[in-house]
Amino acid sequence: MSSIGTGYDLSVTTFSPDGRVFQIEYANKAIDNSGTVVGIKCKDGVVLGVEKLIPSKMLLEGSNRRIHAVHKHAGMAVAGLAADGRQIVGRARSEASQYLSFYGEDIPIKELCDRVAHYVHLCTLYWWLRPFGSAAILGGYDRDGPQLYMIEPSGVAYRYFGAAVGKGRQAAKTAIEKLKLLEMTCREGIIAVAKIIYEVHDEAKDKAFELELSWVCDESNKQHQRVPADLLEEAKVAAKAAKDALDEDEGMDAD
Amino acid sequence: MRWEEEGMKQNAFIMGNKLMGSNPHAFSLIMPSIPITHTQTPYVTGTSVLGIKYKDGVLIAADTAGSYGSTTRYKSVERLRPIGQNTLVGATGEMSDFQTILQILDRLIITNAMFDDDNTLGPPDIHSYLNRVMYNQRNKLDPFWNTLMLGGVKNGVKYLGNVTMLGLHYVDDHVATGFGIHLAQPIFRNEWNEDMTLEQGTKLLEKCMLVLFYRDRSAINKMQIANITEDGVKISEPYALQTKWDYEAFSNPTVGNEGSW
Repeated sequence: MSSIGTGYDLSVTTFSPDGRVFQIEYANKAIDNSGTVVGIKCKDGVVLGVEKLIPSKMLLEGSNRRIHAVHKHAGMAVAGLAADGRQIVGRARSEASQYLSFYGEDIPIKELCDRVAHYVHLCTLYWWLRPFGSAAILGGYDRDGPQLYMIEPSGVAYRYFGAAVGKGRQAAKTAIEKLKLLEMTCREGIIAVAKIIYEVHDEAKDKAFELELSWVCDESNKQHQRVPADLLEEAKVAAKAAKDALDEDEGMDAD
Repeated sequence: MRWEEEGMKQNAFIMGNKLMGSNPHAFSLIMPSIPITHTQTPYVTGTSVLGIKYKDGVLIAADTAGSYGSTTRYKSVERLRPIGQNTLVGATGEMSDFQTILQILDRLIITNAMFDDDNTLGPPDIHSYLNRVMYNQRNKLDPFWNTLMLGGVKNGVKYLGNVTMLGLHYVDDHVATGFGIHLAQPIFRNEWNEDMTLEQGTKLLEKCMLVLFYRDRSAINKMQIANITEDGVKISEPYALQTKWDYEAFSNPTVGNEGSW
């Protein structure tokens, strides 16, 4: 329910009478307008997928990456304002690097999430800063196994087994809930995420999109990497087929 | 005496702090009479590293000794380390500096991997980077007390070279560090050729390591050989060489010269 916070929405350091900080809510709107970002935690790893909307045919394929490696064992997919997302990723990278320099081991994913969330929250406490207009879905693999977190502009971060932000998040969340994640391997997870993204993509409103997929799993040696080209192709083919089948069904219903 | 040096350094530091605060550079600009000094002596050192190119790649050998002056204090020091997929670094000299260099290289590899653009750092890149690191440290009059050897194969190109603590760097078909320069390189010059097989290369390196064990007092008879090919880096488990001590001259050493040692 969107309400006009007249007068109470000018600064992130102002509460409204009903206890809301409107600037943060407006920041969330920036994310709601961006392409869908999905993350799932499978049995043996985490899969991140992004519906990267392509505004112009002039853009080189594979450019403007939305999924970034944060360290060997972790990656972040960002939704919302791309430049804000880069800042968050940059901060995550330097936290991870500093932790390694100081403690001599790779940063635990929970710790990394806490630090990034702390930083994002920081920017909601001062009137001369604005909240980040992006959410980050963090996937990583450490001693405690694969983990998935999502950090929102307000600075809250929760651990998920399935998360989605962006335009098609409602439909994506419904689709994720149907998946049997506890039994799924990452190989199957890639296909599932690709299908979800193709499914939620709105052909009418947004023309072209590029699918970006990455994973951290046993198969990738617990390192974060882009899904290998052949598996990516497989996923795209399966997702397209599923989408076409869905469209056919809808076509039949229309008759 | 080392203890007295330490005392003097501490006094200089305390005086400096009192006068100019904790910024050491500010102090040295105003009062150059008490200079900032850095550790200029190595403590735990590794001895020679030997490397040769052969038909399919590069072979590098080093023993596993960490000497503390004249004592062989640590006998299982890994002085050969893989960096990334295609490169191996071997170190002579101060082992703590080598550990720091490994951390620096680790950070370099991770940062490069995060670009995620299918581009990895190969031996020439690491060589160049190490050269910069060593040279810049030397310019601060605070060198890393190491001579580093670098070898690897990437895209079919074999690479082997050294970087010294002064920041001198060079490449060659066969290189050595430390005592190896004087004892092993002459043997390489005589016996190395371009098309050596793995067996021939290993034999040549083992021969030189044996000479070093006989003649270098900091060497021990426990060595590792690393084989770097297009497929990657393989470092062997430590092993010992066969030695021969039953020479007649050793059994009665003072024959013809009674009264000597």
